Amino acid sequence: MTTSAPSTRTRHVVARAGEIKPGDRKLVEIAGRPIALFNLNGEFFAIGDKCPHEAGSLCKGKLGSFADSDEPGKYHLTHQGEVIKCPWHGWEFDIRTGQSYCDPQQVRVRSYDAGVAHGSDLLTGPFKAETYKVTVEEDYVVINL
Amino acid sequence: MSDVITRSQPAPVMIGGKQRLSVIDCDIHPQFGSKDEILPFLPERWQDYMKTYGGLYRQALADTLSHPRMAPDVARNDAWPPKGPPGSDLAFMREQHLDANNIDHGMLMPLNRGPANQRNLDFGAALAHAVNDWQLHYWVNPEPRLHGSIVIAHDDAKAAVVEIELRAKDKSFSQIMMPPHSIEPLGRRKYWPVYEAAQACNLPISFHVSGVNGFASTGSGSPSYYIEEHHTNVRGMQSLITSMVLEGVFEQFPQLRIVLVEGGLAWAPSLKWRLDKHWMRFRLEVPHLKRPPSEYIREHIWFTTQPLDEPDRDQDLAEILEFIGCDRVMFSTDYPHWDFDDPRFVLGKLALSDEKKEMIFSGNAKKLYNLS
Repeated sequence: MTTSAPSTRTRHVVARAGEIKPGDRKLVEIAGRPIALFNLNGEFFAIGDKCPHEAGSLCKGKLGSFADSDEPGKYHLTHQGEVIKCPWHGWEFDIRTGQSYCDPQQVRVRSYDAGVAHGSDLLTGPFKAETYKVTVEEDYVVINL
Repeated sequence: MSDVITRSQPAPVMIGGKQRLSVIDCDIHPQFGSKDEILPFLPERWQDYMKTYGGLYRQALADTLSHPRMAPDVARNDAWPPKGPPGSDLAFMREQHLDANNIDHGMLMPLNRGPANQRNLDFGAALAHAVNDWQLHYWVNPEPRLHGSIVIAHDDAKAAVVEIELRAKDKSFSQIMMPPHSIEPLGRRKYWPVYEAAQACNLPISFHVSGVNGFASTGSGSPSYYIEEHHTNVRGMQSLITSMVLEGVFEQFPQLRIVLVEGGLAWAPSLKWRLDKHWMRFRLEVPHLKRPPSEYIREHIWFTTQPLDEPDRDQDLAEILEFIGCDRVMFSTDYPHWDFDDPRFVLGKLALSDEKKEMIFSGNAKKLYNLS
């Protein structure tokens, strides 16, 4: 999570911060790219919406945990609530990093830098805000792309 | 502030960069909107029976799935229509699948309530008849892209033949459907009347993975995990082919055409090689076979693509398809089930000429099912 965007990237306003509650997600599109945006206990994470396997929409998947095991018969959960499972074939990705745990060596989804910026900051940045009605009353979710 | 931007429909499936690819999907699952949706299609006697006794499969929890199936209703999470279970809403299916994926023809594979699994054979036959009427009413009549499959309860072969002969006159049905997990190996003679009727009506028989026969799914008991259970679909298909070939079904019914749905295909070349090798040694045991087993398989068996075998190198898959024969492979999605294959994905995996890709996506099915 960042609160300011790198200057070389374009900042895209995609939602009001209050609009996506903790545990919720929203599908947004930037320059034709569908992106799944998640609020994880107040932190925002954005990943490419298309599963790299067959392009199922990750935003429509279920959030869960990884089950890890050191030996048969024992398991423990990690990354609770941070793992998105593709709605088609169940491929799992860490929403923080885009890392896949189905085939971690080869497959990951792209993760994007998502942060919360104050409305007044947005009026001065090099963001593509033309199509958004920007107001200063609330804070907005911004994706840096 | 913009509102949520919903994902636009995917671009049409293209081949060779510009031409729209015609897709025939050999595996689409229609579902009842509610469990009682079938009742009006049953005679009063069987409506009462269903309400009183329900279904009776050959398993302990008689009217349930034999194993949890990965996802609720075995479905893609995104395939739930506004109302009812996945696969129960034609308008939703049109939008999400038929229109979005260039499906010019879709073969219905109704698994609903498994008429062939019913222990009460008369109920099974009545249910099969009802499911066939239901297919017409809810799916085939309102949507000409969809084609029915004649559901039968094959353990009463006589009743199954009556149903086949009744439906075969109706061009709304393109094939007969049976479950591969049967009570006896499917080449056994008790099932031959069904094969005889299929040949006489010139209809292929499609075996879609399913069937609750009361046996453990492996030769050494019931597996612990779904991943283990899921793989038994492959062994089911291998047993089915082996039995049909070795019992002489294709000698007896030389025009019979069989379609295997959802059981994979990469295993087929090794099965052919092995059966041929054994046949060279044991042919006196099965003197009714006039040709090596691989030849019957090559001629009589059609394979479907989903769930696509995904070797690391696409070239390896292409080689397997050539071993099988690209004229015997047909595209399928399994919509709306959880292991659905997107046609764009499959197209990208086929390291074959455009001509062969088109055979797999539509040409072979057009010929087999006599579609235009």
